[in-house]
Parts: sequence; C-alpha cells; structure tokens
Amino acid sequence: MNKEQQAVNADKMLFETPRKRAFITGSEAVAEAVKRANVDMAIAYPITPQSESMHLVGDLYAQGYLKDYYRAENEFAVMAAIHGASLGGGRVFTATSGPGTLRAMEMFPVWAGSRQPIVCAFMCRGIALPPSIQPENIEISFMLDTGMLIFHAENAQDYFDMILKGYAIAEQPDVHLPVGVFADGFFVTHTREVVMLPPENQKLNAYNPASAPIPAFDMESPPIRSTRDPLLNKSNFISYAANASWHQEVLAAAQRARKHIDHFLGGLIETENPEAEILIVASGTAVSQAREAIRSLRDEGIDAGLVKVKSIRPFPEKEIREATANASLIVVPEFNPGGWLAREVKASIDNNSRVIGGPRVFGGMSLPRELIVNEIKKALPATAVNS
Amino acid sequence: MSKKIITPVEEFRDLLPDEYKELVNDGPYNEAKTVDDLGSFKEITEAHPHCAGCGVALGIRLGLASLPKPQDTIVIGTPGCSFFALSQSALNYSCTAFGNQNSVASGLKRMLKLRFPQTHKDVVVMVGDGGVADIGLDYTLHSWFRGENITTVMLDNEVYGNTGGQESGMTVKGKVLNMAPTGKKFSKIPVFEMAKTSGCVYAVKVTVANARKLGTALRRAVLIAREVGPTYVQIYTPCPTNLKFPPNQTIAVAKDAEKTHYAYEEYITDEASAYLSGLGEVKEKS
Repeated sequence: MNKEQQAVNADKMLFETPRKRAFITGSEAVAEAVKRANVDMAIAYPITPQSESMHLVGDLYAQGYLKDYYRAENEFAVMAAIHGASLGGGRVFTATSGPGTLRAMEMFPVWAGSRQPIVCAFMCRGIALPPSIQPENIEISFMLDTGMLIFHAENAQDYFDMILKGYAIAEQPDVHLPVGVFADGFFVTHTREVVMLPPENQKLNAYNPASAPIPAFDMESPPIRSTRDPLLNKSNFISYAANASWHQEVLAAAQRARKHIDHFLGGLIETENPEAEILIVASGTAVSQAREAIRSLRDEGIDAGLVKVKSIRPFPEKEIREATANASLIVVPEFNPGGWLAREVKASIDNNSRVIGGPRVFGGMSLPRELIVNEIKKALPATAVNS
Repeated sequence: MSKKIITPVEEFRDLLPDEYKELVNDGPYNEAKTVDDLGSFKEITEAHPHCAGCGVALGIRLGLASLPKPQDTIVIGTPGCSFFALSQSALNYSCTAFGNQNSVASGLKRMLKLRFPQTHKDVVVMVGDGGVADIGLDYTLHSWFRGENITTVMLDNEVYGNTGGQESGMTVKGKVLNMAPTGKKFSKIPVFEMAKTSGCVYAVKVTVANARKLGTALRRAVLIAREVGPTYVQIYTPCPTNLKFPPNQTIAVAKDAEKTHYAYEEYITDEASAYLSGLGEVKEKS
C-alpha cells in the first residue's frame, strides 16, 4: 500500500468532514467513493456503461488503494467471486450494467441469503432484443425481490454518497445485507457535474468480520458436524420451516435497515412541497426531470410537489402513504417500459386510482419535462388547468 | 485455526453433544491423518445420506481424510450429490449456485491470503463431473488460466446423480441415460488433458479403488496449490443407483474402469516437483 489514508468512522467522514467541490462524471464519483471506502478487493468485468467505473477502480488498485483486483471471465463469475471474497471476511466492491445484471442474477439472492454486506453499483441500461446500450432502468424491477437493499441515485452526488453510505448501512450488525446502488446509465455515469467530496486522505474504518451475524468462512470459528440432515431436497416440515424462517430473517433485516437509512441517507424519501394536490413520485434521474416539470407547472400557475424515492428496498410504503395523503393526483414518470415504481406506489397507498403510471420512456429516450407536464394536464379537470 | 478454539472448558465437557466431543478427542484437526486412519475419526464414517455403495461418498471420505491441514481448509462445492456429505463434515463448506465453485474459490482464496498472510488457508473445490465439466467448465478453466492457488477435485461418477441419472459431459460415449435415450453421442470431455494445458501444475486421474494413491494425490495437490499454482484431482466415483450395478460392486466397477479408461495418471511440472521435494514429499512411483 502506497497511499496514506486515515481510517475514520462513517459518521465523521460523511457528516463532519468538510467537503470540496469536484467537477466529475458519475463513473468518477463511483471511483471516488471506492477510494474512500477502504475496500479490500474488487473484481471487474466490462460492460457499457459500467466499464469506465471499474477501470477507474482498477487504477485505484494500481495506486495502492485496494489490496486485490482482477478482471474475471463474465458477470456470473464476478458475482460468484465477490461472494467468495466476502465469505472470506473482507470488504468488496463491484459494478455491472443491464445484461450483466441479468447474467449474474443467480448470485444476488445468494448474497442476501448469505447475509453479506457487499456493495454493488449498477449503471442501468436496456437489456433485451432489440439490443440497446442506452439508458433505461428496467433491470431494477428484476432485482426487487432478491433480498438486497436497493438505493436509486438521482445524480453523481447521490451515487457517491449512496455507495459510501451503503457500506455503513450494509455492515450494521443487525442488517448485514448486500446493497445495490443504482443509477441511470449515461445520464449519471457519463455526464459531468459538481460533486462535493471529503478529502481523499480519509477512508472508512476497516470491515470487521466479527460484526457479522454469521461467521466468516475462514475456519477461525470451526463448525461441528452439524448438518446431519441437509435441508436440500428434504421434504419435511422442519426443512420447510428452517428455510422459510431464514428468508423471513433476510426480509426482517431489510426492515431493520430503515433506521440506518434514515440516519445516513436522511430518510427513505425526500419531499418538496408535499402539501400540493398534484404530486410527482419519482426515483433516479426522473427526479431531476420532475423538478423541471414542477418549475414549468409553477410558471403556468399550477402547484405541484415532489416525492423523491431514494430507497427502493426496503420500500417506503408508510412514508409515501403519508406524503401522498392529501394528493388528488399522483404521477410516476419512469425510465422503463414496465413501470415498476408505479406498481410499487399503487400497492402502497389507498385510493390508488389517483396514480398515473407514466410518462414512461425507454430504449435511450430522454424524458423532456413537457412529457410530465402533459401527463399531468391530461389528468386534470379542464377547469383546474386554467384556473 | 488453533485447536484451543474447539477445546471445551472442563466443566462443560460432559454437556456437549457427542459429535463435538468426538471432534475434540479424535477429530482430524491438528493431526496428520491419512486414509490409513479412516475409521479412527468421524469424517462421514457413519450415517452418510448417500445411496448404498455410493462412490462419491467414498471419494469424499478418502479426500477429507487426506487433507494436509483440515483445521485451515475450506471446501467449496455446488449443488449435487457431493453436497450431502460435505455439508456434514467438520470443515467450512459453501454450496452456493450451480457451476460457479471455482469463481467462489478464487475470491475466497484471495481474501484469505489478504487476511491471513502468515497462514496457509487451503481452499479446495470438491464437485461432481457436471459441476466441473458442464455447467462450470468456463469458471474452472478460467481459474486455472489465472493461476489461482486452489485445488479442484472432480468426483466423476459419469452421470448426473442427484437429478436422477442424466448424461453428463463426462459420461462415456454410447451410454444410454436419461436425456441420452439413444446413447451419448460424444466422448468424455478431456478435462484431465485440459488441466495440463490450462495452467494446472499438478493433475492426477485416479479411482476410488486406489485409496492410497487417491490420498497421496489429494494431499500433494493441496500442498502444491499453496505456492505453485492450480491443481486438479479427477476421481472416478461410480454411481450404483444410476449406472445400475449392485451397491457392493462399487470398488470392482472402479477397478474395471482402471483397465479400460481410468488408468492412474499423474502430471506434475518441474517447479511443482521441486516444491514437493523441498517439503520432503517424494514423488511416489506410479
């Protein structure tokens, strides 16, 4: 290691240390987060638009910020090796995108089921035929029930913070779940913006494997010959109950993460003008477009508010229910064809005919504010629009 | 791992389960056990959940008895028959998804090297033929290309045992099995030959009928993998249930295989050979 960094606790780095401005891309923001995260090991496989970030993490390894790094053979291999490295009791990082996420899919429930505090960055893009490398976040819908915590970054600042804070949340002894930090590819990864960064001579305290609810795979706490009757393939009630209770514990751990998400992310949602009768509920870059739409509406004399959803898992049902209690119209703009966020919102609130699922853009299309404005105007009574 | 970790305080000794007492009193930790000591400690010597006459259970038993340092050994597997025995051994055993065992082992071994630079933590992959040669071939080969310090053991029963007897890539040509209704159309995948050209510095092909050679091979493979490079042990472990022979004929079937297509073979690089000599491990005449 040739880099002198002072290890500090997450609260100090994230809340107390003064930050400085940097004009960087989202990919560079990812690397800046990894630089300060005291990651032991990262494993990479290229895919657009993720490649630049893991290439920058490789540069960090060359500079001595990480202890090990290699390019594996595909995304399933990466996620499997990350799983293995995490079993070994260290802090790990990787990132992927779109088709890579789906190729690696089998490993995400394994991470959660193994209670591993892995942080993985996802740079969302189109997935299926016809092929697309363009921005779209349908992959988040595939991830919803993997057992992972899921945060959705609006911009490079969010991406930087959510990755670092992701480690702080994931590694809490009562959580110990993997965290996926998602951003909409290209819009966030390949554009440059101002990001406030703590100094690079600070890093998080090292991961302590003794804080995990299950022991590391290092033969330092030996097993006894305990599995005389393996659960796999066994058809009896005890096997079913053991398996089911384990899954319930993973879900319970996600609920226990709420208080830590409140602390580190300042809540699972953020609101602006939540008293308005018209509310836009959005996550990721759709939040930025929603802000623009609200500005346009205000110019036309229409009052609208915003609910920014930061945590997709655990999903902030209660927070959204409260924030939308007085709204008569709720619009959910999304960068995907399936409308996973609208489904989640509809399932969380009463009287969900108030929810308009859309506008939706995908395949690389941008989301002009006019689309959101028009969606809202279409849904309003004619008198309301011109009042 | 120190044996102190598993030694109970005297006052509680009588309260511990028999499994635990046996592990402390007769277990393989910190003892130089070999296949000659089988029966003196409990590595699946009783109550294994496999079929009668299972070659895989025997292969695992011989393999576990031959580990040079079980107290610091982690085994990585994949779902299949091998899971049943390995999950009740007194080693950390991880069985995650299908076919990815050499990737998991790569990450794990590297992390253990970082965390325990002064100790050899041996990572051994122990998987069936389907796991290594079919669904996991890509990951197996790439771990060898990368030169990972792990030992890969294939328990080759030439069939998918746990899913009910389908052909695998390691099934011999012509064999009629589920999903090969008119006989398998291609030869056994030459994984042993691939090991030699893909970066393995030591590779052995052996059957469960040859217990001493199997034990020696596995011990050497684990020792060499620590310092020199990836190693591979391919063990013929015939399956009476799916290959349809009487359970008391397992050893005889394995001996027959040695005459047809499973003759003992050992490959070792000069560097690995020199390393073994340096440890006082002399190359055994084959």
